[in-house]
Amino acid sequence: MDILTLFVIVPVLTVAALVFAKGIKQYRVVALVGFIIQTLMSFNLIYQYLQERASGNTDIMVFTKDVMWFAPLNIHYAIGVDGISVLMILLTSIIVLTGVFISWKVDDLPKEFFISLIVLASGVFGFFISVDLFTMFVFYEIAVIPMYLLIGIWGSGPREYAAMKLTLMLMGASALLLVGILGVYFNSNADGGALTFNIFEIANVNIPESAQKLFFPFLFIGFAVIGALFPFHTWSPDGHASAPTAVSMLHAGVLMKLGGYGIFRVAMYVMPAGAHYWANFFIVLAVIGVLYGALAAIKQKDLKYINAYSSVSHLGLVLLALLMMNKIAWKGAMLQSLSHGFITALFFAMIGIIYGRTHTRIVTKMSGLLNVIPVAGAIYVIAGMANLGLPGFSGFVAEMNIFVGAFQHADTFHRVITILAVSSIVVTAVYILRVVGMMLMGPTTPEFKNLPRITWYEKAGTFILVLFITLIGILPFWWGGIISDSITPFIEKLL
Amino acid sequence: MNLDSMLLMRHELVLTIVILILILTDIFVPDKNKKSVNYIAIGLFAIHTIIGFIPLKSGMLFGGMFVTNPLVYGFKNILNVGVLLILLLAVSWINKKSLKHGKTGEFYALIFASLLGMFFMISSRNFLMLYISLELSTLPVAALAAYDIYNRKSSEAGIKLILSAALSSGIFLFGISFLYADGGSLYFSELAENIGHSYLSVAGLVMFFAGLAFKISLVPFHFWTADVYEGAPTPVSNYLSVISKASAVFILMVTLFVTLRELIDIWIPMLYGISILTMFIGNFFALRQQNLKRFLAFSSVAQAGFIMMGMLSADNLAVSTVIYFMAIYIFSNIGAFGVVQVVSLASGKENINDYNGLYRTNPMLSLTMMIALFSLAGIPPIAGFFGKFFLYTAAASKGYYMLVFIAVVNVTISLYYYLLVVRAAFLRRSENPIPYFKSDFLTRTGLIIVVIALFFLGLYSPFYDYINSVANILNI
Repeated sequence: MDILTLFVIVPVLTVAALVFAKGIKQYRVVALVGFIIQTLMSFNLIYQYLQERASGNTDIMVFTKDVMWFAPLNIHYAIGVDGISVLMILLTSIIVLTGVFISWKVDDLPKEFFISLIVLASGVFGFFISVDLFTMFVFYEIAVIPMYLLIGIWGSGPREYAAMKLTLMLMGASALLLVGILGVYFNSNADGGALTFNIFEIANVNIPESAQKLFFPFLFIGFAVIGALFPFHTWSPDGHASAPTAVSMLHAGVLMKLGGYGIFRVAMYVMPAGAHYWANFFIVLAVIGVLYGALAAIKQKDLKYINAYSSVSHLGLVLLALLMMNKIAWKGAMLQSLSHGFITALFFAMIGIIYGRTHTRIVTKMSGLLNVIPVAGAIYVIAGMANLGLPGFSGFVAEMNIFVGAFQHADTFHRVITILAVSSIVVTAVYILRVVGMMLMGPTTPEFKNLPRITWYEKAGTFILVLFITLIGILPFWWGGIISDSITPFIEKLL
Repeated sequence: MNLDSMLLMRHELVLTIVILILILTDIFVPDKNKKSVNYIAIGLFAIHTIIGFIPLKSGMLFGGMFVTNPLVYGFKNILNVGVLLILLLAVSWINKKSLKHGKTGEFYALIFASLLGMFFMISSRNFLMLYISLELSTLPVAALAAYDIYNRKSSEAGIKLILSAALSSGIFLFGISFLYADGGSLYFSELAENIGHSYLSVAGLVMFFAGLAFKISLVPFHFWTADVYEGAPTPVSNYLSVISKASAVFILMVTLFVTLRELIDIWIPMLYGISILTMFIGNFFALRQQNLKRFLAFSSVAQAGFIMMGMLSADNLAVSTVIYFMAIYIFSNIGAFGVVQVVSLASGKENINDYNGLYRTNPMLSLTMMIALFSLAGIPPIAGFFGKFFLYTAAASKGYYMLVFIAVVNVTISLYYYLLVVRAAFLRRSENPIPYFKSDFLTRTGLIIVVIALFFLGLYSPFYDYINSVANILNI
């Protein structure tokens, strides 16, 4: 068994073990063991990957494996990773692991909760390792559909509405994606070869420019909906607000990254001419998303909505950076995906921890929490600082790269766009500091005088995330190095 | 005609023997032992199904009216498995109902007779043969729809079915006569060579198509569907929605792709329009249904629209993907109808709202329902996804991207109403949910087979490869 397929096999085995487990304690232990194994596997994968590169393997994808699946249509189960996929897999496994810690206390149908979480994670892992469009699409849908149950059963507030809205919008996006994929597939014989779903084989084909112009928006929007492109972001605030903590973490932290990753790996890579043709249009949408998300976050009172709109804003930056189409911006986009994944997961974890104690998420109803739950308050401040781009944390590194990359375009259009996007940093500071000031500082609200302290499992979960945020912040060259080697073959298609 | 060539009709012969044995047994089994007829019938049919898998030679009978090849008998085997599953799920229902009027054997004899009609229909290569077998397949179902004689809705369903079927087969026959007038033959092969473009042949095509469209319940010939499915006993609705539809689709492909190839410029736009209409109307009507049987009726109308989309590529890809999709659709729909039937038998409840909180009392049934519905909606890794994806591929291969787009929009709409059922069973809670019950052994076996098949048929690609390899036999 190759080390990549294990990322799909281990979740299946964990599910099987969960089916036979009895009692909440066993469920927790089984789920935790399963996710710890996955995390170790992802560390091992990075180690193996670096070994492979150090030994002089310069293929775009390493550890590749290709098994014929449906021969008549030339559909393969084809997998492989590069530096970006291994980091995304690391991100996923860390966030799922911390998610299990944070949802330690789930009491309604715990077995089903963990099973859905695992299925979701296996879909995400599968998506990151696929190099075949069909395989990738299958995993994408596997990742999306458990969200319906996760939000619908264990969510709060208007959970049925939010779950349905999220599922239908993301499945609608996958509908666009499907048309795009078929469009690419039936043009993949343009140079006389066989029809293929393999991304790298398609990339070697000169797809006719008319087809690229036609199908690029399908693929781009199909992926960008899950990456919260304005105006298709509306599923995200409702979905995040209603989802249980672990699901918000996983969703904002990982699932929304599928969008940027898919655009980078598929849409722009196989259809460079289409990307150039449509870039300016989508740049405008992306920058609207950046500003709109940030401004909307100022007006929100619910902690989860603040963070959800903040995600729209920060992921808008990822899309913007991808559309800038140069190496520094792309490096920034990938770093931002990672960094935002850790930061936003930490945010949602903290919101869950605070909500679990105060039973409210309305900012104006809380005050002075730092006095009562100092550790939790401090971690919240760390998350906030990282999010607004304080040097030393991951957010700074990522956004720095994005804006430097974006500024390399000397024309007026890109300059204006870049300046507008940069101004979102200021707005970010406003909504972060506002929350910190109102909720954590000042005199403590009387009814919250005796909140319980943060527990060991909550500490474990959040500390891991803080660790990674700092690691990116203080070791940006290690992460950036892995990323930029892998970006090169992709960006070269577009230059 | 010697024994060797008679063996080409092995499926039909064995099934006829089964019917005869069954009728005789039914006479000699005393009333108080009527239950045993169930097991005899299912046992015989299981033997028949297994015999079906022994490979057959290809060939023709009756001067080319009847044909057998791997594609045809492979499809018959799929139908056999489907009917067997329907019967497994039906036993407890039949026991409950037939004990009142003691007509157990009739139910099986009628189903088998109808299936015999389907077999001849699939094998027919002559319009007269096709017409007779179509009648043989329809008439017993009308009797079956009215099988629950103490239920007014069931009688109503029987009347509706027989009236609409009579009308449709009248139109069908009229269309055939036009085709004969133009082409001068009733044999598919001769007609394919002689038919030309004329008002006569086009009118014949349209009427012929309308007759089959009734069976497949394509819009605008779908009006009987919801009423009949709702009123008829659930096993019969199940049978109508999968077996009857599948064989009609099969013969429609054979006739359009091979015999009426000359008129391709007429029937391609026709299929295109009907596909869109069927998807939208089926989906929009399904959105508001409360009764699960009506709900599944409209869902099956919408699914027929997807099948028509796959047929548009009119080549081997269309044949293989449509047959693959039909095979999966049979299992998905049997699963969904099966759960509805089991619940309705145990609690008498058939509405979506009645399913509130079902997962907390009957988890396995709810999971089966979810898997079957997700398969209908096309969610991976369940087989329905692969079936749908290949249908899109078939349509896109001829450049019908617009239609594919409309279809995927429809999938999203359909996902909404499938999720409504999932929502009721999983998300909602209820003051008085349907209490826990244990269904009998055969029912559980049937549902387990369905669930296993729904995972297996999609992920296990040799199944599709096989269908693809035999699809070439049609020689398009």
